[in-house]
Amino acid sequence: MIKVKNITKVYKSGVVETKVLKDVSFSISEGEFVAIIGPSGSGKSTLMHILGCLDTSTTGQYFFEGKDVSQLSDDELADIRKKEIGFVFQAFNLLPRAAVLRNVVLPLIYVNIPRSKREKIAKKALLSVGLDETRFHHLSNQLSGGEMQRVAIARALVNNPSLILADEPTGNLDSKTGELVLETFQNLNRQGRTVILITHEKYIAEHAKRIISLKDGEIVEDIVNHRSKAVQQIKE
Amino acid sequence: MFITDLLEETYLTISANKIRSGLTILGIVIGIGSVIAMISIGQGATYSIQSNIQAMGSNLITVMPGFQKSFSQVRAQKGSAQTLTIEDAQAIEEEIPFVQIVAPELSQYYQVVTKGKNTKTKVVGTVVSYPNVKNIGIEQGSFISDQNVRNMSKVAVLGPTTRDDLFEEGITPIGQTVRINGINFKVIGVTQSKGGTGFGSQDDVIFIPITTAQRFLVGADYVSTIGVQVENQQVMAQVQAGITNLLLQRHNIGDPLTADFSVLSQQDILESASSITNTMTILLAAIAGISLIVGGIGIMNMMMTTVTERTREIGLRKAIGAKRLDISLQFLVEAVILTFLGGVIGIILGSGTAYGITFFTGMATKISLFSIILAFSVSAGIGITFGYWPAQKAAKLNPIEALRYE
Repeated sequence: MIKVKNITKVYKSGVVETKVLKDVSFSISEGEFVAIIGPSGSGKSTLMHILGCLDTSTTGQYFFEGKDVSQLSDDELADIRKKEIGFVFQAFNLLPRAAVLRNVVLPLIYVNIPRSKREKIAKKALLSVGLDETRFHHLSNQLSGGEMQRVAIARALVNNPSLILADEPTGNLDSKTGELVLETFQNLNRQGRTVILITHEKYIAEHAKRIISLKDGEIVEDIVNHRSKAVQQIKE
Repeated sequence: MFITDLLEETYLTISANKIRSGLTILGIVIGIGSVIAMISIGQGATYSIQSNIQAMGSNLITVMPGFQKSFSQVRAQKGSAQTLTIEDAQAIEEEIPFVQIVAPELSQYYQVVTKGKNTKTKVVGTVVSYPNVKNIGIEQGSFISDQNVRNMSKVAVLGPTTRDDLFEEGITPIGQTVRINGINFKVIGVTQSKGGTGFGSQDDVIFIPITTAQRFLVGADYVSTIGVQVENQQVMAQVQAGITNLLLQRHNIGDPLTADFSVLSQQDILESASSITNTMTILLAAIAGISLIVGGIGIMNMMMTTVTERTREIGLRKAIGAKRLDISLQFLVEAVILTFLGGVIGIILGSGTAYGITFFTGMATKISLFSIILAFSVSAGIGITFGYWPAQKAAKLNPIEALRYE
């Protein structure tokens, strides 16, 4: 589903060039649950931006579902994002002063889903992440952190994307609600969705079935996570 | 993205910032409102001057003296020449075809005194035919007669405004005495009100026989204008030319360019008056337009603030698939809706102000469809112009940087 071939990313500020990604190659197939782990400065955020079609690489190729997206324009990338990719951010990025339901409906507006169908689709997404129906008409800033992140996940799901990209989704949560959110991702993966989780903490990465470790812009390790519950179940 | 979605987004953001949106709209309201009010005052003035001039009679030709001929290079003021005479008026009446009535007049301002009251007003020395030329009706008593003119009688006919200025309410002025420039005149009549104030008002006057004015007040035998009523409007040009030729001949002037008089039709006077008031209207509108531009800058300021405040939201919208056009349209529509609302309220407020001015001061105002259309298109234009830059700024934001914005 995803194929990255010899990707490099260079940032220029004045005459100083910073190589953030150095010749990175890997592929991810449909239905995988991959964690990309690395310390800050390892290039994992840059890699996530390229994988999420928010940015393009300096050299190398990126195939998304067989299509080379490395040289597309801003608007063509936006088209892929709205149909194929669901984002979950560390800071949730919900619209403040807007109801929960409105937040989840938002992506549907940009893909021209008729007004009458939107609420039904949004409600289904919210129920699938386990948010209580009584919360649907609350304002988003009245929710707890765990609830906010689940609303954000519902928003990422609502367009039925083939890839879910989560950037430090538990970074602003306590460990207990963080665990709950991670379970939500595991459930989604079990339903067949491809999930990529970016984190700098090893214990969070261990929830995934495969762990790609980055350091100084290079892949240092790409392993199947034998301690993952899911992998253990398959083994048994 | 559907149009209904754009409008819903706009409604939500405007209603989320009610006070700020309200203040921004207020800038446009004041701008549009003052443009409407100013234009209506200007056009009202134009309209009232035009109707005043038309009330004087529509097939009227006025012969006015030109500049005083002199041998120096300096021209004296137009109208200062004292070359027109009663004989000129008689010649026009006798020799030019299609001329119905000729009424010479000699006007000057004098202090007029009665018992305990006084006013400075225009004293018009004229002849019996004057009311016919200028469409003046008699309310009380009678106008000056031929006999009065022949005998140089010291009789006066008052305009209604002059009557109110000189006599207490309830007193019949007929038979009373007024003193003009130290000479006693007997009041023999009062004219009907023609309405109108300020420029061209024909109510604030006193009429006396022209011969009396020449002999006792001015002490010379010239006239200040000659009013000529023509049979119909089709022969106006012909009569105008005829009078010019006749007077050139009578004054022994070969070159028409050096004529010491000018022959003006009502149309000529109307045109020159209109050009003055049009200039005034444009001036007023330009002053009001400045406040409209200030209001537009207010819109731009608010939109800039909004874009900065909502940077993260813009980043998120881009991440979930909004294109540049979606983002720029959203902010552009917001700016246009704000100015549109301001425009509608401004039109209502400006029209209200115009009505208020008419109601409380009696000054004529005229709200034209033109000024409303102008105000509307200007406000829409301002929304697009001043909303464009912030909208572009928002659309060009890099989604990654926007999402990280603190």
